Amino acid sequence: MCTVCGCGASASDHDHGHHHDHDHDHDHDHGHGHGHHHAPEQGRLLRIEMDILAENNRWAEMNRKSFREHQALALNLVSSPGSGKTTLLVKTIMMLKGKMGLAVIEGDQQTALDAERIEATGIPAHQVNTGKGCHLDAHMVRHALETLPLERNGVLFIENVGNLVCPAGFDLGEAAKVAVLSVTEGEDKPLKYPDMFRAASLMILNKTDLLPHLDFNVGKCIDYARRVHPGIGVIKLSARSGEGMEDWLAWIEAQRAMQRVAG
Amino acid sequence: MHEMSLAGGVARIIEEQATTHGFSKVLTVRLEIGQLAHVDADALSFCFSAVVKNTVAEGAKLVIERAQGLVWCFGCATQVAIKAWGDACPSCGSFDLKAASGQDMRILDLEVA
Repeated sequence: MCTVCGCGASASDHDHGHHHDHDHDHDHDHGHGHGHHHAPEQGRLLRIEMDILAENNRWAEMNRKSFREHQALALNLVSSPGSGKTTLLVKTIMMLKGKMGLAVIEGDQQTALDAERIEATGIPAHQVNTGKGCHLDAHMVRHALETLPLERNGVLFIENVGNLVCPAGFDLGEAAKVAVLSVTEGEDKPLKYPDMFRAASLMILNKTDLLPHLDFNVGKCIDYARRVHPGIGVIKLSARSGEGMEDWLAWIEAQRAMQRVAG
Repeated sequence: MHEMSLAGGVARIIEEQATTHGFSKVLTVRLEIGQLAHVDADALSFCFSAVVKNTVAEGAKLVIERAQGLVWCFGCATQVAIKAWGDACPSCGSFDLKAASGQDMRILDLEVA
């Protein structure tokens, strides 16, 4: 049944561009047999056709423009809680520091603990507390950029709230989403959370130093990730042991080069 | 639950429209949510009724229309429908699929008074 005017057709079958001032029957479940019943209120129809994410996307485009102007590479790191994102970031910063400008936006529901870990490395970090929010949005990043200067040709890491669901839908203006999955999690995570692995350009399999102690099937995990996103890049590394870190740094370097070309 | 912020986005758009078009009450809000959109429709419904309290849309009926998820399959070079990412092409089994439609979340129209 049409849900706009109560007529028999499905709403997509006919045009609702007209005013609803005609007197056809409405499909409510009680009769008109008593004295003080009022007919359902009728209004006019306003066609608006607007994207629900339009506001976020507007901010994301402004962020993207700022990144482009600075030829800065912005990476949005997403994962479940405990995948080792902050440790990976600290290790990455230690290896890149002095070679390029670096900055970090840290997203967590509460505490400034992660920003403090980053600041201990000597690079600027801005903590965003989302409160009850489960993801960063482009507007929060916009505000973070007011206090966090972008360096020309530098890298801005945005560590999103640990959550494999919600951050997938929100463009922050980043060049790429990087999904960090630790091998202590299930290899079927890409199938369970397809939106995130679909949105990510790169999947990092972290904590590979623990593989000998686990039943995690790397090949299966990559196969699952490529079912939801055939073009996803994959890097296996251990932030703790350093194994595979050079692949990650080479990937960042390639992205920076693309940013320079695009800028 | 990012549906809360999506519902907040819907409520903000309605408030802007109320100012522009001068209405004081919304009777029905009709959304189109693609099958492949990153949202849970039931959760969005639940959040919507919570966020529109004390706004022009308080008590409004929310109608969600689902648009089919259509993808282009590189395996068999045809357009096919899937329910979710991670599904194979129903004709050839390939996972090499590119979104065609059914990823969007839009407000279609408002019935206002």
